[in-house]
Order: sequence, then C-alpha cells, then structure tokens
Amino acid sequence: MAVSPVEVELKLLVEAIYHRYSYDFRDYSGASLKRRVLLSLRHIGCESVGALQRRILDDPQAFMELLQYLTIPVTEMFRDPGYYRALREHVVPVLRTYPSLKIWVAGCSTGEEVYSLAILLHEEGLLERSMLYATDINPRSLERAREGIFDMRHVRAYTLNYQQAGGTASFADYYTAAYDSVLLDRSLRSRVTFADHSLATDSVFSETHLISCRNVLIYFNKGLQNRALGLFHESLCRRGFLGLGSKETVEFSASAERFEPFVKPERIFRKL
Amino acid sequence: MNLPANAPRHIDAIAIGTSAGGLEALSVLVSGLEAGFRLPLLVVQHVPPSGPTQLAEIFQRKTGLRVKEADEKEPIEGGTLYFAPPGYHLLVEQDRTLSLSQDEPVHFSRPSIDVLFESAADAWGSAVAGVLLTGANEDGAAGLEAIHLAGGLTVVQDPAEAEIDTMPRAALQRFTPDHVLPLRRIAQLLRSLE
Ligand SMILES: C[S@@+](CC[C@H](N)C(=O)[O-])C[C@H]1O[C@@H](n2cnc3c(N)ncnc32)[C@H](O)[C@@H]1O
Repeated sequence: MAVSPVEVELKLLVEAIYHRYSYDFRDYSGASLKRRVLLSLRHIGCESVGALQRRILDDPQAFMELLQYLTIPVTEMFRDPGYYRALREHVVPVLRTYPSLKIWVAGCSTGEEVYSLAILLHEEGLLERSMLYATDINPRSLERAREGIFDMRHVRAYTLNYQQAGGTASFADYYTAAYDSVLLDRSLRSRVTFADHSLATDSVFSETHLISCRNVLIYFNKGLQNRALGLFHESLCRRGFLGLGSKETVEFSASAERFEPFVKPERIFRKL
Repeated sequence: MNLPANAPRHIDAIAIGTSAGGLEALSVLVSGLEAGFRLPLLVVQHVPPSGPTQLAEIFQRKTGLRVKEADEKEPIEGGTLYFAPPGYHLLVEQDRTLSLSQDEPVHFSRPSIDVLFESAADAWGSAVAGVLLTGANEDGAAGLEAIHLAGGLTVVQDPAEAEIDTMPRAALQRFTPDHVLPLRRIAQLLRSLE
C-alpha cells in the first residue's frame, strides 16, 4: 500500500525535530504520535503537518508547544496503587539490606511518581539513605516537578490511591494547602534530583538498585523499547529491580532473558 | 475510492465499538463465529476506567474465537477477538500490530472508539469493516466516518433496535453508512466477510 501524504509529512516532521532540536521521536509508535501531532495543529495554529514542520524549524517556542503534545504529561500520585503495595511488601525488604540506595524514575513527568516513591521510602524508614533520580525529556514537566506543587482538585483521588497503596500515615501529612494548590513537604523533595535525560538518545548515568519506568515504553516501538531496557539492565546493580506500567513487560523484548518476573501482575522484574 | 455498498470487497479486519447495552449486543454478534474465522476482531467496549475487567473471560465462553485483552505491540491474528484494556486507547499501527496509549480520553472515553477506528482506517484503508452498535454517547461516529472515507465497509446498528440509540444516530447524522441493520443481520454479514 502506498504511504499517504500525511504519513510522509509526519516522517519529515520527526526528522526535522531530530536535526533541529536533537529530540528523537523517530522510533515512537506511529499511530498515537500521529494523533497527538494532529491535535496540536489547531493549538499551534497550523493548517497541516507540513506547515507545522516549517513553523517549528523557525520557532523554538512553537516547538516547545508541540513537545507538550508529543510527551503526554499524564500522571497521578500512587497511580495503580497495587504497584506501590507490591513494592512495599516485596521489594522494600530487599532494599532494606543495602546501606545506601539509588533509585531512578525514568519518564517522571511532573513528579507524581517519584514523590509517591519518596513517601513510601519515608514510611519504611529508607528515605534518608536514598538518592532518587527523576528524569524526563520535557523541560516544562521537569520544572513543575521541581516545584512540587499540585492542583487541589486531585487531592481526593491521590488520598484514595495512597490509602489503597498501603500508606501507613495520613496523606495530608505530606502537603500544605495553599488556595487551590498543595505544596509537597520539602523533606520529600530534598532526596530527589531532577534531570533532563532521554531514553532514546542518552546513556546510563549511575548504578541503581530500583528503576521505575511506567507508561513510557508503550509509546516506543520495539527497537526503542529494547534500547531503553538495555539501559535499565546496564544501570541496575546485580539483582536490581525494574518496575514497569500495568500494560508493559520485558517479556518478548530483546532483554527478556536478562530479567525474571518478580511480582508479575504488578510488572515488577528483577535483573538476573 | 468509495465502492458501492454491494460490491464485493476484500476485508482484512473488523473493528467494533459500543458502550451502554454493548455486552448483550456483542454477545449476539460473536456467538455465531467459529474458531476458524479468518478475520481479527478489535473491540472497544466502554467500561469504567478502574476495576478489573473480565470482558475477555466472559466472552471466551460465548464464542469459538480466541478472546483476549490486547497487549501492546502484539501482532494481530485472525480468528481472535481483542478487547481494548480499560483505561487505555487501542490503536492499530501501520505494520498491523496493536498499540496502547494513555492519551487524553476522547468523548470522556478511554478506550475511545474514534481512536481505534481512525487508526484502523489508516492501517487497513478500504480493507477494514467498522461496526458501531448501541451506546449513550457520540464516540465512534467520527471514527466510523474515517473508515468510510478510507473506503472501508461501514455498518451501524439499526437505531430502532439499539438499546440506546445515541451512538448509532450520531453516526447516521454524519454520513450514510453502507449498512444500517439489526444485530442478527450484522452477525450474518460478518460471517459472510469470510
Ligand atoms: C504518560 S507519562 C508517564 C508519567 C509517569 N511515569 C506515570 O506513569 O505516571 C510519559 C512520560 O514519559 C516521558 N518521555 C517520553 N519520551 C521519553 C524519553 N525518550 N526519555 C525519557 N522520558 C520520556 C514524557 O515526557 C512523559 O513525561
């Protein structure tokens, strides 16, 4: 079947982004990438994908707008509470045996996932000996993550998630409310380092004991998934842990033989 | 590109969308399909975002097809009924594998029928059949039109018969599909696509 004009324009757009801004979307899943580019057109004020390409080449601000569509900054605190419960029950007992801990949250978006982990580690008495690295490619998301400020509207849902995730205190202990937002406790933020890092183009920066990379790999094609899983394997210490999103797996990937399922239904794997 | 409704055309896949009342309607459609059925069926049934789904388990008992919840990057196989997982959009890639996304809901729905249908139209062009059944919102109408514009076969459940007719009517307001039929006749039509 012949490739349609808009598919060609999309290919050219991601090439242009790569050469102009060094962001590499060339190996992302095409169908949802296309949806998101088309959604951005109206917001950015372009008639076609071709026009968008022209526009972003000249206008970094327009590219930054497009990036907000391309990166899907959708997240929650204690998203999928069962995942955090499994970490607490099955992974924490092993983590406890290390004198110091390095944890990497890859694709951290606006910070909700890494702060959830920080709360969990705090409640297990492990936060003081932990370093958490939280990385993403979207500078706006990283900026918001650093601030640690969340919309008040989400607090009810987060509180429920927290309880279902096996929280041992009260979620309200971790924030102060101000008008329509809540500010997370500073002590949680003090152990977290936010950094720009791409699973598509960058290499490993530290040895780690636990990597949490949730709902990022689904946006990659098989080849790029293999690259990311290769990075995780390289970064993890012997018998380190890898947590993925609820529909993601290392099975069927090039790294399948290098990990074993640890808590299978919650997609927690362990390096062999 | 549009073929007349009765011209024989080659179909490689069937995409089905439904919400309220959909479980009963789907049961009628798939109960007559046997294990050897050549085509894959991709289904978006709106369900509440959280909570376990037993859709695949429930339907495995009702049909000879293989039934499963779609996994991401899964190659699409004939004789198989794939359900979109709750909380995820289901999409078809150009290489005809499945992919999932957590992009924003469309018509308050994730999975969304529009998302499935539009990507299926992109991947299969005229070789896909889209079927829109009973439902209480307008998701699916734009997607079915996309299938129509790509030259695919479009089928809408007869609103007079649909448990909730909002969804079929929304499609009929946008364009004229190839067929407007009661479920029993849609089931026959699907069998004839073999
Ligand atoms: C849907 S969010 C997931 C957020 C969080 N992990 C969660 O599960 O709630 C996906 C995130 O992946 C990030 N991302 C996309 N491509 C990436 C890449 N190549 N390297 C690192 N992060 C990436 C996006 O910027 C976005 O913040």
